[in-house]
Amino acid sequence: MRSALAIALVLAALLPLPWLVHSDFWINLAIMALYYGFLGQAWNLLGGYGGQFSFGHAAFFGTGAYTSAVLQVSLGVDPWLCLALAGAAGGLTGALIGALSFRYGLRGSYFALVTLAFAEVFRILANSVAFTGAGVGLLIPLKESAANFQFPSKAGFYLVILALNGLGLLSAWWIENSRFGARLLAVRENEEAAQALGVDAFRTKLAAITLSGALTALGGTFYAQYFLYIDPAIAYGPGVSVEALLVPIIGGLGTLFGPLLGSAALQLVNQLAGIVMGDAPGLNLVLYGAILVLMIMFMPNGLFGLARLSSRRLIGRTA
Amino acid sequence: MIELDILLPAILNGIMTGAVYALVALGLTLIYGVLHIINFAHGSLLMLALYGVYFLYTLLGIDPYLAFPLVVPAMFALGYGLQRYVIGRTSHGKEENILLVTLGLSLIIENLALYLWSADTRTISTPYGFATVDLGVAVIAVPRLVAFLGALLVTALLWLVIHRTDLGKAIRALAKERQGAQLVGINVEHVFAMSFGIGVASLGAAACLLLPSYYANPGIGRSFVLIAFTIVVLGGMGSFLGALLGGLIIGVTESLGGLFLGESLGQLGIFLIFIAILLFRPTGLFGAPSMGRP
Repeated sequence: MRSALAIALVLAALLPLPWLVHSDFWINLAIMALYYGFLGQAWNLLGGYGGQFSFGHAAFFGTGAYTSAVLQVSLGVDPWLCLALAGAAGGLTGALIGALSFRYGLRGSYFALVTLAFAEVFRILANSVAFTGAGVGLLIPLKESAANFQFPSKAGFYLVILALNGLGLLSAWWIENSRFGARLLAVRENEEAAQALGVDAFRTKLAAITLSGALTALGGTFYAQYFLYIDPAIAYGPGVSVEALLVPIIGGLGTLFGPLLGSAALQLVNQLAGIVMGDAPGLNLVLYGAILVLMIMFMPNGLFGLARLSSRRLIGRTA
Repeated sequence: MIELDILLPAILNGIMTGAVYALVALGLTLIYGVLHIINFAHGSLLMLALYGVYFLYTLLGIDPYLAFPLVVPAMFALGYGLQRYVIGRTSHGKEENILLVTLGLSLIIENLALYLWSADTRTISTPYGFATVDLGVAVIAVPRLVAFLGALLVTALLWLVIHRTDLGKAIRALAKERQGAQLVGINVEHVFAMSFGIGVASLGAAACLLLPSYYANPGIGRSFVLIAFTIVVLGGMGSFLGALLGGLIIGVTESLGGLFLGESLGQLGIFLIFIAILLFRPTGLFGAPSMGRP
């Protein structure tokens, strides 16, 4: 129950931010931190708690972004309905990729590679067919109103992404406190042993990737509504896949607040790097790569692991 | 109907490209076979080698084929150092960690190249760049024929190193049984790094053979990395013969796919083969069943 209280407290503390801070720059930064934190949490459900490392979460992100953008632009579907439909499409994509990969027992590196290949297939398809706007991309026409999921002020977007984070945190909390979560953790720790105890590893992993895919797709819709533009490289390119896995690794894999903490840290580092190195193309990804290598080298349990370790050391010293 | 005199050159060209693909995949399959890790940075290391060959030609006027003795040892040293001092230290006993570290390395290399050398696609023009030779059934560009023969030669050399030298014996011993190899006095870290170095050195050879008929840009590794993985899983992880045949199959598939479906959808064929192989036959065509799944 303590962690549920922590979730409520964190969300309540973050809620009034847009009314306390009046600079668009900082609110935008907070939105980006929450946005990557949410994508990271979605990845964390499958990768952190389930131990299935996906290198292709762009497959879900892009599907969510394109589902809502295409439905809006060509069929005029209500954007809020699009959000729900995008979530469903993402869940379906997750179930499909999961059913194929897990049915044939792909694990570890093989699973990572097959998800990457799926994202690439989707990218090439989005580049080649007409209804996605092909390589040119899709512009969502500007019609600012809350009913249209296009808020005149950043506060609206802030509240939406905060609510999505609430959803992500609740999902993680549910995994930490349910029989399903116990099964998922058992599969992560030792799949054979879990199966010997009667856990259906296939269905457990399938449920996790479906949930993860659905949430990631919601993030895709948020991106499309916030920036009102989407193209195959943004939607299905490796950038999103990398960011989604980097954030929970920085914060702490399989922890409740790890992705959010990691995302906040990454945004800060990004801003500092921008000041030091200037806004050159590619440099932020060099930084991401360096952080990834250094984290795994020296801090494989992330920032939360560090906190836990140092508190244990402190206790050890006093005892 | 597609006429035979269009089809045959396409197949022949595919075989030529396929041999170079095979060379790239050989390095990957060697690294996987010995270290049981997937080197995600393989493509970006190839990109780095291509730039090396490019700058040796444009700045120092060294012909790509003559750059062999410079590029191959340099790539070997880079690979040895990376494995010994970076990758080998980060695994903490988990296969996923190595995958993530090599992903991080590929991000660093690829985007540093983008920053330093811009996204421009670079080609070189050699005196023999457009020379052709008539093979009877089709006319083939000389650089592609050289690349094909060179790739076969390097493959044969690699085979000799692995099967006819003491180092090769140590590598094979390590691939089979790590603890046993350690017990008989094999320096595990050194041999791991040697294997990684040899795998990366073969990328240097591939770059020298590729550049006269190909190009260099920072993103080129990404298209190669999935192709190489496809070949490796198609041929069976760790299998040399498999990588060679897999390379030829993929080369021909790409060539025919491009002919029938156009350039961008032709690539799709490779990824679909990749997914299908991973799903239905992860041990590949020649892989030992035990090595297929981790």
